[in-house]
Amino acid sequence: MRISVQWLQEWLQIDETPEQLGHRLTMAGLELDAMEAAAPAFSGVRVGHVVAVDPHPDADRLRVCRVEAGETEPLIIVCGAPNVHEGMRAPVAVIGAVLPGDFRIKRSKLRGVASEGMLCSARELGLADDAEGLMSLPTTLEAGQDLREALGLDDTILEVDLTPNRADCLGMRGIARECSALLDRPLHAPAMPGVDVASDARVSVVIENPEACPLYAARVLEGLDAKAATPLWMTERLRRAGVRPLSAIVDVTNYVMLELGQPLHAFDADRTGAPIQVRQGKQGETLTLLGGDQTVKLSPQDLVIAGDDGPLALAGVMGGAASAVDASTTRVILECAHFAPRALAGRARAHGLHTDASHRFERGVDPTLVPQAMERATQLLLELCGGQCGPVEQVGATPASHAEQAIVLRPDRVQRLLGVTLEASEVERILEALDCRIETSESGWSVRAPRARFDLEREEDLIEELARVHGYDALPQTLPKPVAPVTPESGLRSLRNGLARQGFHEVISFSFIAREAASAFYPDVEPLALANPISSDLAVMRPGLWSGLVTTAAYNQARQQSDLRLFEHGLRFVPDASGLRQEPRLAGLLGGRVAPEAWEGEAKKVDFFDAKGTVEGLCERVAGALGFRAERHPALHDGQSARVLVDGQPIGWVGRLHPALCERFDVEPVYLFDLDATAVVQAPVAQFSPLSPYPSIRRDLALVVAESVAAGDVLAAIDELGLEILQDVRLFDVYQGKGLNPDEKSLALGLILRAFDRTLGEQDVAGVTDAVVQHLQARFNATLRQ
Amino acid sequence: MPSLFCFGNRKRGACKAAARTRGPLPCRRIGGRGGPYQSGEVVEQLQQLVAEARERVEGATDLKALDEVRVHYLGKKGALTAQLKELGKLPAEERPAAGQKVNEAKTEVAGLIESRKEALAQSALAEQLAGEQVDVTLPGRRQADGALHPITQTLERIETFFAGLGFRVAEGPEVEDDFHNFEALNIPEHHPARAMHDTFYFDAHRVLRTHTSPVQIRTMEQERPPLRVIAPGRVYRCDSDLTHSPMFHQVEGLCVDTDITFADLRGVLSAFLQAFFDRDDLATRFRPSYFPFTEPSAEVDIQCVHCGGDGCRVCSHTGWLEVMGCGMVHPNVLGHVGIDAEQYTGFAFGLGVERMAMLRHGVNDLRLFFDNDIRFIGQFGQTG
Repeated sequence: MRISVQWLQEWLQIDETPEQLGHRLTMAGLELDAMEAAAPAFSGVRVGHVVAVDPHPDADRLRVCRVEAGETEPLIIVCGAPNVHEGMRAPVAVIGAVLPGDFRIKRSKLRGVASEGMLCSARELGLADDAEGLMSLPTTLEAGQDLREALGLDDTILEVDLTPNRADCLGMRGIARECSALLDRPLHAPAMPGVDVASDARVSVVIENPEACPLYAARVLEGLDAKAATPLWMTERLRRAGVRPLSAIVDVTNYVMLELGQPLHAFDADRTGAPIQVRQGKQGETLTLLGGDQTVKLSPQDLVIAGDDGPLALAGVMGGAASAVDASTTRVILECAHFAPRALAGRARAHGLHTDASHRFERGVDPTLVPQAMERATQLLLELCGGQCGPVEQVGATPASHAEQAIVLRPDRVQRLLGVTLEASEVERILEALDCRIETSESGWSVRAPRARFDLEREEDLIEELARVHGYDALPQTLPKPVAPVTPESGLRSLRNGLARQGFHEVISFSFIAREAASAFYPDVEPLALANPISSDLAVMRPGLWSGLVTTAAYNQARQQSDLRLFEHGLRFVPDASGLRQEPRLAGLLGGRVAPEAWEGEAKKVDFFDAKGTVEGLCERVAGALGFRAERHPALHDGQSARVLVDGQPIGWVGRLHPALCERFDVEPVYLFDLDATAVVQAPVAQFSPLSPYPSIRRDLALVVAESVAAGDVLAAIDELGLEILQDVRLFDVYQGKGLNPDEKSLALGLILRAFDRTLGEQDVAGVTDAVVQHLQARFNATLRQ
Repeated sequence: MPSLFCFGNRKRGACKAAARTRGPLPCRRIGGRGGPYQSGEVVEQLQQLVAEARERVEGATDLKALDEVRVHYLGKKGALTAQLKELGKLPAEERPAAGQKVNEAKTEVAGLIESRKEALAQSALAEQLAGEQVDVTLPGRRQADGALHPITQTLERIETFFAGLGFRVAEGPEVEDDFHNFEALNIPEHHPARAMHDTFYFDAHRVLRTHTSPVQIRTMEQERPPLRVIAPGRVYRCDSDLTHSPMFHQVEGLCVDTDITFADLRGVLSAFLQAFFDRDDLATRFRPSYFPFTEPSAEVDIQCVHCGGDGCRVCSHTGWLEVMGCGMVHPNVLGHVGIDAEQYTGFAFGLGVERMAMLRHGVNDLRLFFDNDIRFIGQFGQTG
């Protein structure tokens, strides 16, 4: 909403600077967005009275004018504007004037005739974007007067951002009411004289849907001069409010909307076809809108104003081209109606429209404005365009409103919500200034809100008004009563920090991915698709985190960063028979070298076991036995892919990205893991187990087994023996090659033995090694390597 | 090595000095000739032996050679040991004095060997050290640095502050239903606020949550007051340009009890903002605003952290930065979850995490957070 401070001053006295006023509005919830001058800086421009227009002796298109501009003698001014005529008043820039753009007016000769200044167009003064000919000023202005003063151009426009609940401020009247409360200064509404009904021209109105349109007023005006010029004061106010002046009739409807907040519409009465019907649109109906550029297809959800021949206007949004007023119009049907916000909600948007009228009706317009706005617009139209008006045809009734229900306002409730006691006199002053009617009652006050304030429905709404006008920053600040602090969650934090210390960078990637990416990584999942994706790259909810990690890896590799350790924590979205599973996952990616490039020579590249080691580290504190089982995953390398198990239950995957996906996503070889975050975060509290005071003994064995035997199975088999003094088994070498058959491998095992009750002897060692060797021989046909 | 024969408390250096004043003597084998022994002869022989030993000790260039010298003079069959055995041949009255002389000589030689040994050990160590010298200016060896995402760090910072005030972290689904995201928050269908949300939806009832506020509802459905929770998480809006990301993060806060006031809300948020920006004197201001789920509602501005309130590009020359929305929980919202609005009052607030992170770390482009360039993430270290 653009507020001209000068216009506002018509409603109440403003002593504040525009900055101060803007600040006060901001701190009351009407946020100042921008502040601008009504006119750019210029000086030396006066009201000129053209007293004579003579042809130029040497130029057909130029005229030599004598212009009274407050000097003793009229100025001689050469002018090329086609609309210059005797008796006209127009701005004149005298010698020494400075126009916008630092354009200085000097004495000059045009085709041999000396010119003592320049007659100006509105564009040359920065008052309009385009202009045909000179700016025509009202003849009531006195020649020689400074133009800025004459037109009140030293005005400031405050542009405020209104929240959707403050539709009451979408008119000067509402803004003035608000300012009156904020500045504690009386409101004096400008006089709005009534009109005399001089004609009996009538229009009949039928409302088919009173819920959508509870009240519709219309009247016929006849004998209008549609070509009448809109007075300068009105076009200036429209201009400053950001509305383009068009023609007197349209200008008046816009002006009244800006003044009172009530949108109006004028139909050409000869192009409507009686009666006026307010009804829902019908399938197949169309309407070409004002301006003629757009035709909308109507539906039963649209509320329309129709004549006998079909729709005339999209109710509360925009009129139709066919019934629009133009220069030939003499008879007008003036519409002033109340449309329910619910009936119009979303309708303009559905047609790609947003108009001043729809903006207001969607948020709510005070229905009691209908008769007042009708009278005001009629009066202005008759004043501007002449003619006479018929009686008002008003159908329906002012809709019932919450405002008829008195709201109980209790002082202790004010105190409980705001934490401060406001003086009764302050409460009453604020509410009255906001146009509320108040009565004291047993529990406090009984308050009736003004109709314009749709947002005042209950006690809390009134309390907000009190706080708002009183000033939020004038209220106290306290802390709620202290309670015991909460210990921040530590499981996820320590895993994250641990990964960061191991050189992992945490990434956050979008939860939505391309459908193709989802099916490449997770072909078994039918992903949940957005109905209105922002692009096809962000179309479905990710069934897992790998696509984001791989895309991030490719992004970084393309920027010469190939030593990558990345992880992400977030939800995956897996639709299944029971609905949608939204599960937190902890996933990571490793690529490039194991260690940073250094002066000692090339570091080894990461491989499966770096990824697996990371998983082992993450699962270190998980209760239950961690296991890995070779298993294929569609996104992983067939031979380097494993299920991660805890007590035999799958909790995730680890493996190498499938070469086909490497190629497809343009990424160097990388290794991935993905874990159920809930499973790994839940670490039990560490429990002490006693330490043995006796020394340990290590015995190394080299066992030859078939190549196909999995090392993990060998270790598990040793574990099965349940040997009490066998504390640990370390696999410290795997060998294949010289000295062994090609289908054999040697596993070097370090057995760590220790007892809690004695120092072990050779006999203990022999007992364990024999047991291990025999068991492995039986299970895997293992032999001791010679 | 202490000598068994060292009777006196003489210092090794004194022996050495005494020997030196006598000057070198030709090396002769002691006891190599027959005839009765005389103490004067013994002294002379000892002097020669000591002088000879000194030469050989000094000529030993390693520990092995030095040990050979020791064995030669001081070993069981060594030259000086032999002198001791010869003492029996002396007259009884000369024996003590001669014995003392022999012991003095042995002590002196042992001292020479000991100090030579020390010198040799030191030079060996020096040699070893010289050989093991490194270029200390070469870069150190360590694992590459990783880092937590700045959004995570910002979230942790926020969570830690509120944990101190007794706010527990609550979570909720990101694919949310229409009821929790809108209805229960007093945003019925056709409410103008819905249009402001640019909602991503899946079907008539499911949306991607447009804010973390639904977690308020889910919390209050499960638990009764007193309640203090914050809900951090991802949120989604169908909007993407320089200053909008279709996915971003919010933290919602909720505090409900029998006596929570707007003054408490202001106190808590001012303290939070001052703590977050490490500025005890950070000015905050509360402006009335509108949210369907709070009444009264406010927006919170802080004094621009870039220019200190003088006005700059960051704060659009207003001196203030809008950072949060907040208010007292609307009675309709409490009503939706069956909490008596007469008995309980509460406040709620919401903040944009990216904005807070941008202000704190001086990040000037929202999109950097989701490009995940490790050069960007790496700038934020592990903490802070």
